[in-house]
Amino acid sequence: MNYHSPASFAEASALAENADGVTRFLAGGTDVLVQLRADIVTPDTLIDIKKIDGVSDITQNDDGSWTLGVAVTGAEMTEHASLSRDWPGVVEAMDLVGSTQVQGRATLTGNLCNGSPAADSVPAMVAAGVTVTVTGADGSREVAVGDIPTGPGRTSLAKGELVSAVNIPARGDNAGDAYLRFIPRTEMDIAVVGVAVSLRLDGDTVTEARVSLGAVAPTVLLVQECADAIIGSTLDDAALDALAAAASAACNPITDKRGTVEFRTDVAGVLAKRAAKIAYARAKGETVKGDHA
Amino acid sequence: MSKIHVTTTVNGDETEFLCDPRETLLDVLRDRLNLTGAKEGCGTGDCGACSVTIDGRLVCSCLVLGAEAEGKEIATVEGIAEGDTLHPLQRKFIEHAALQCGICTPGILVAAKSLLEKNPNPTETEVRYWLAGNLCRCTGYDKIIRAVMDAATEMREAS
Ligand SMILES: Cc1cc2nc3c(=O)[nH]c(=O)nc-3n(C[C@H](O)[C@H](O)[C@H](O)COP(=O)(O)OP(=O)(O)OC[C@H]3O[C@@H](n4cnc5c(N)ncnc54)[C@H](O)[C@@H]3O)c2cc1C
Ligand code: FES
Ligand code: FES
Repeated sequence: MNYHSPASFAEASALAENADGVTRFLAGGTDVLVQLRADIVTPDTLIDIKKIDGVSDITQNDDGSWTLGVAVTGAEMTEHASLSRDWPGVVEAMDLVGSTQVQGRATLTGNLCNGSPAADSVPAMVAAGVTVTVTGADGSREVAVGDIPTGPGRTSLAKGELVSAVNIPARGDNAGDAYLRFIPRTEMDIAVVGVAVSLRLDGDTVTEARVSLGAVAPTVLLVQECADAIIGSTLDDAALDALAAAASAACNPITDKRGTVEFRTDVAGVLAKRAAKIAYARAKGETVKGDHA
Repeated sequence: MSKIHVTTTVNGDETEFLCDPRETLLDVLRDRLNLTGAKEGCGTGDCGACSVTIDGRLVCSCLVLGAEAEGKEIATVEGIAEGDTLHPLQRKFIEHAALQCGICTPGILVAAKSLLEKNPNPTETEVRYWLAGNLCRCTGYDKIIRAVMDAATEMREAS
């Protein structure tokens, strides 16, 4: 295995482009090292991106949007007060990843590019409308988070391409987001179902919504029917029931030791309701604690 | 396979080592630097026995490559006591008998110290969540939590 720590994304991309065999990028390493250790994936080339300038920066742009470097850790996000105020759902979803020790290393980009259908931060990013900047030999392009995973462990990134930034939109007024997951324990487990909701209000009425589901299909889902169920409503019981039904209908899960198809389908509806209520309260300006005390 | 030359600081001392690209920081600490305080329980980030801090940030050293230590400041359990004077956490662990086999103890001490530096007055729930990535097969955790809470109280009173 060759270990490289390039000083720029162009250099990182060129290294990946010209490498033979299996290439992995090293962000926090909490997936890469586990896979290396278990002999699941032994990269021939490992490209550590943490020496590139600016990769640990969290920046709020003039228009209110956010740019996060690809080595920003979960712990750094949680400690960032104004990012947590703008996007509590995204921050909490990342905060659910692993232990304190894992939080000290794990990144949004690693969570996304590892390609797990149960990755916690991914539904939250999809609901929030997050994009990533992808850099390759021919320059950079902006890609919606939902277009990166193509199946378990697979992404749409071509050889020589890597993510060079995470772009979170401006939150704007009267808006809130939330992410909830179900796990059989209270900590340190893999999502059986994950649901993220981001919405905006005009008065008491929902005017915009994005609802995303994780761990219930081979890739993350953005479910328009869920959004339609609550847009135009005041999140009354009828709208919540319609939301739950749409979430359950969108599920295409598997049965495994953590949960059956029936259980996952049902829980997706339950969590969609709860997450929507939290997002709604946050849009109203209330401070609501998420899953993780 | 050529080895990587790394210069780093461990418990305040500048250190150099040569390592294989696949070698983890845990392997380097134990096998090259003879710092065997950090333990390998799982090697996959689940147990926390290998906990150290890098630039003040708590991590599992089994999930860090030795090569990544270049230019960093590493702190391990060996650096917690000052000479023969034990850290309040270490004293309280003995007082409360918060260990049996002791395999998890170095990692828990490093993790608890890192919590108390960030939050000198944690609630029991905060301590339990912070230490959720440190597994103990012997104690049932209760004595560990009491020892950490007690050490926190003493450290607050002393400061
Ligand atoms: C004990 C433990 C508990 C965990 N719990 C959870 C959990 O609860 N929920 C959850 O979702 N995950 C969990 N994980 C998995 C893991 O921590 C997360 O997926 C994490 O976010 C990965 O980020 P990383 O920076 O460590 O990625 P890395 O391991 O560095 O990289 C992961 C993948 O992303 C690719 N990659 C990294 N950076 C880039 C880039 N810039 N461009 C392109 N590709 C890139 C790598 O090539 C690799 O394939 C857990 C892991 C452990 C060890
Ligand atoms: S040995 Fe590192 S977490 Fe278990
Ligand atoms: S004392 Fe034996 S594992 Fe904790």
